[in-house]
Amino acid sequence: MIELKGVTRRFGDAVAVDDIDLTIETGEVCVLVGSSGCGKSTTLRMINRLLPRSSGDILVDGEDINKADPEALRLNMGYAIQSTGLFPHWTVARNIGVVPNLLKWPARKRDERVNELLTLLGLDPATDAIKYPHQLSGGQAQRVGVARALAGDPNILLMDEPFGALDAITRENLQQEMLRIQRQLNKTTVFVTHDIDEALKLATRIAVMDQGKIIQHDTPEAILRRPASAFVENLIGKGDRGLKLLALRTVGDLMERYPQPRKSEPCTDGLSEADSLRFALSVMVWQNSAELPVFNGAREEVGTVKREQLLQGGA
Amino acid sequence: MRAWLAPVAWVVLLVALAALLPAMKPLFSWVQPGTNNVIYTRDSFYLLLQSHIWLVLMSATIGTLVAVSAGIFVTRPAGRDFLPLVSQIASIGQTVPPVAVLALAVPVMGFGEKPTLFALVLYGLLPILRNTLAGLGGINPAVLESARGMGMSSAQVLFKVELPLAGRVILAGIRTSVTINIATAAIGSTIGARTLGDPVIAGLVNGNTAYVLQGAVLIGLLALTTDSLFEAVEKVSGRAFLSSKQS
Repeated sequence: MIELKGVTRRFGDAVAVDDIDLTIETGEVCVLVGSSGCGKSTTLRMINRLLPRSSGDILVDGEDINKADPEALRLNMGYAIQSTGLFPHWTVARNIGVVPNLLKWPARKRDERVNELLTLLGLDPATDAIKYPHQLSGGQAQRVGVARALAGDPNILLMDEPFGALDAITRENLQQEMLRIQRQLNKTTVFVTHDIDEALKLATRIAVMDQGKIIQHDTPEAILRRPASAFVENLIGKGDRGLKLLALRTVGDLMERYPQPRKSEPCTDGLSEADSLRFALSVMVWQNSAELPVFNGAREEVGTVKREQLLQGGA
Repeated sequence: MRAWLAPVAWVVLLVALAALLPAMKPLFSWVQPGTNNVIYTRDSFYLLLQSHIWLVLMSATIGTLVAVSAGIFVTRPAGRDFLPLVSQIASIGQTVPPVAVLALAVPVMGFGEKPTLFALVLYGLLPILRNTLAGLGGINPAVLESARGMGMSSAQVLFKVELPLAGRVILAGIRTSVTINIATAAIGSTIGARTLGDPVIAGLVNGNTAYVLQGAVLIGLLALTTDSLFEAVEKVSGRAFLSSKQS
């Protein structure tokens, strides 16, 4: 658990972060979202003490972070940034192994961990591990950056716009990976982004920041349904609010489930349980169908979802 | 291994020539007719070569230690106030010719090897210092930020990240410094140091072109040998991430 109490950061006369209170529960993904210069990165960098705070308290699991040794504190917090900051003179494997090395893990445990993480992030331990950062694509480099942040098995993960510099398709892929990894590892995560869609997708809770203050701190659904101010309303965009709400829920939540999964004929088109309702609606509009079958992971038909249902109960 | 082929060839040539020069009397008699003394014999060429290399090696070692430490100091938080001053000195120092440093050292330290060594260290400092500052300053700030964010201590950031990344640039500075100092050391002969400049000075004073030629050829060869040694070291150390860019 991370608690920020009355935290302020000044740069000269300018106030970058203005007396914010924020509690991030264990296992939660808290996304700080706001336009550039709103103080979200500054807040993040105060949590691992890359920046000292001007006043206020930051507690991790009830302990004041200023009491701990800054290096020891950071070793227990994975850190990934937009420009990756991979060490250009080290191979991918050595880059990922940096925190295990600092923690003085035995070589075998470290190598196993590196391979495990390469696999987890969809990289090939045989070919990618021996590459140097300049040989990687932007998406691969960012995967390595995330793997490096996870390597020491930290309790807390700090991510500063890690996918900000990637193209839309790669970013989408990595967001999916993030969700999958988070389901597996359940790390307390603080994630900074300026992209509200990314925030809605990844967050269990969103903190909207503006001019150094937290405007609203709530679940994605609550932020969409009850924006606290005109600023938040503007940020989430009035036009496609309904679609964004649909995107938060999965087909599995809404469908009519059969008592027994049925064997399906091959090549039937349909949805998967994990698809979002937004995706389901899009498919229905495109195919002009009023009802679609839903399949589980084993390609068994487990239920159907109707357009009527979607329109009435989806958002 | 292929990288070392050229420097080894140069070393062999240098050593062989130092041994064979006295046997090349007919050649030098043709260069300098009308006298019997066409081979410099006051000291053996080996001795001069040795003393010359020793002077350059000592000055390069001291110079590197001092310049790299100074460069590191002024890029730490504690010494950052000195950074503008030091980098200014480093660039102004380059405009002073080495002979002037030598001439200024004599009144302070007298004649002999000591003032030569002093002048060599002083003059050799500057290219190394300049390159150390450029190398450390050219590191992508994101790399340093993530190094700190990972939990490295300041010493670990310096030795594991900054120095390895700046190493090639610093090495290039040492290469420049050493090459300049091989030439400057020869001028040390004018103030009583024993170097390969001895035959050159003696030849100039006595109007003996053969002496000048003998000294000059060996100095030139030594410079070429050293330069190709550095090139080999740079090639080998940079092979791993040859085309990596720090952007």
